[in-house]
Amino acid sequence: MKIAVCLKRVPDTTAKIAIAAGGAGIDEAGLKFVPNPYDEFALEEALKLKEAAGAGETVVYSLGGDAVQETLRTALAMGMDRAVHLQGTGSADPLEVARALAAELAGGGYDLILFGKLAVDDYNHAVGPMVAEILGLPCITAISALTIAGGTASAEREVEGGLEQVTCPLPAVLTCDKGLNSPRLPSLKGIMAAKKKPLDVKPAAVTAGRVSVVGLTLPPERKAGRIVGEGADAVPELVRLLRDEAKVL
Amino acid sequence: MPTILAVTEQRDGALRKVSLEVVSAARTLADALGAEVHALVLASGAVSGAEQLGAHGADKVLAVTHADFARYSPDGFAATVAEQGKGAAAIVFAATATGRDLAPRVAAKLGAGLATDATELAVDGGKIVATRPVYGGKALQKVRLEAAPAIVSIRPNTVPATASAKAGVMEPVAAPAFTARVTVTGIKAAASAALDVAEAPVVVSGGRGLREPEQFKLLEDLAAAFGNAAVGASRAVVDAGWREHGAQVGQTGKTVSPNLYVAVGISGAIQHLAGMRTARTIVAINRDKDAPIFKVADYGVVGDLFEILPRLTAEVKTARGD
Repeated sequence: MKIAVCLKRVPDTTAKIAIAAGGAGIDEAGLKFVPNPYDEFALEEALKLKEAAGAGETVVYSLGGDAVQETLRTALAMGMDRAVHLQGTGSADPLEVARALAAELAGGGYDLILFGKLAVDDYNHAVGPMVAEILGLPCITAISALTIAGGTASAEREVEGGLEQVTCPLPAVLTCDKGLNSPRLPSLKGIMAAKKKPLDVKPAAVTAGRVSVVGLTLPPERKAGRIVGEGADAVPELVRLLRDEAKVL
Repeated sequence: MPTILAVTEQRDGALRKVSLEVVSAARTLADALGAEVHALVLASGAVSGAEQLGAHGADKVLAVTHADFARYSPDGFAATVAEQGKGAAAIVFAATATGRDLAPRVAAKLGAGLATDATELAVDGGKIVATRPVYGGKALQKVRLEAAPAIVSIRPNTVPATASAKAGVMEPVAAPAFTARVTVTGIKAAASAALDVAEAPVVVSGGRGLREPEQFKLLEDLAAAFGNAAVGASRAVVDAGWREHGAQVGQTGKTVSPNLYVAVGISGAIQHLAGMRTARTIVAINRDKDAPIFKVADYGVVGDLFEILPRLTAEVKTARGD
């Protein structure tokens, strides 16, 4: 089983975001970056599938500046076999990112190409299914359960009010949601081993595309609320406010 | 005349409520661009509620009937929407499980620009500008789609369904040929309430303050009293295995914009606040008066949630006339 995982380096979800001068991006100074949390589910699934198959190769790809190499080393420390750094800048147009990744993944002979269901920075939910379209592969998005048997992927994906049960033949592109697995932490041995694993650097051409960022702002502050009261005795007043003032009852 | 294609969704033969929001958003764009709205209905037979599409601004209703379309067919839907949308000025989807899966496939097929999960759409100089929460709602990004077709998805509950009487002429359309490689074989109903936190008009969420998973019964009772509520959860309790991951509100869960969000025993970590701060009204119930959740709440009650919740459930029932 040969499996590729596409990984994005994103700001830590516990971090506060500040807007950079120019008003179109974030101020990265002092910001901690981590592997995209949903991509960690993809990494864990790749490692589990290879372990279950007893043979194969797991390759992790990331597109970005030199800083993504640190993120790739984290994936190698978790157990991925080798890494490819596609050196280039991202784009606000997910299709351009997908094209750059697909150009590299095409001809890789992968049984599975895994993504996180979304990146917690730009929230696009898009690059995985776009890569599948470009490569002509079937795709199941946002999976929270997966079984591979006889060349078929059987997955579950959350839909409003239920779980869709979905199948497709391999090779395929899958994007991973929370609930699929519990990603492992890199072991000390894994961290040492990661230093010696291959990390290839290749140039990636990403063009601007059809989407321009015209502004990035912090959401409006909510107007100051009030403490209605303390304990259960405050409940009648709360319900009155919800009914008469907020008009949500 | 240019067209705006509004991609609707049905479940079990009934039009989904979010689809009226999609058609309303398409109507607003069409009025700004001097375009017509074509609502696309994909189903295996008649869809109840489709007659409302005209009343919400659809000039035409394109009905694509195919045996495979009783459930979502990723390959079939993508081929059909791409076929119907290739000459359109814009294609509007709902940012639902289906819309999020489908919109990128169509964008890739058409080589089109995509803005997902928009909460506001505008037209500037003949181009569509989408406002979309990024970093889990910690920031708002405005993107301009530079070429047609512009593909957008709108987040449920953010663009109101608005009456705008148009003809809504029903026109049957054949599905293009496609190979269905991805097959939806079934749908398991969720174990918990049928309403999804991302769609429900009222969300009552619980955190560590509930102390143990069994105490979520108190929140389920409150949700039942509201009648239209879903039960959400903080990341801490989802990671602890108390609740399904689908219930998680926050940057690594769902971003929600209900009319009313009730946070119970949730202190308000930054990644949770990002996911619910666009709710219209926020109520916080917490024993710690200094908890960050009170900084975003319109109404706060400080105290023991185990005393407050049963009383609140009873009072909500009374207020709703039960």
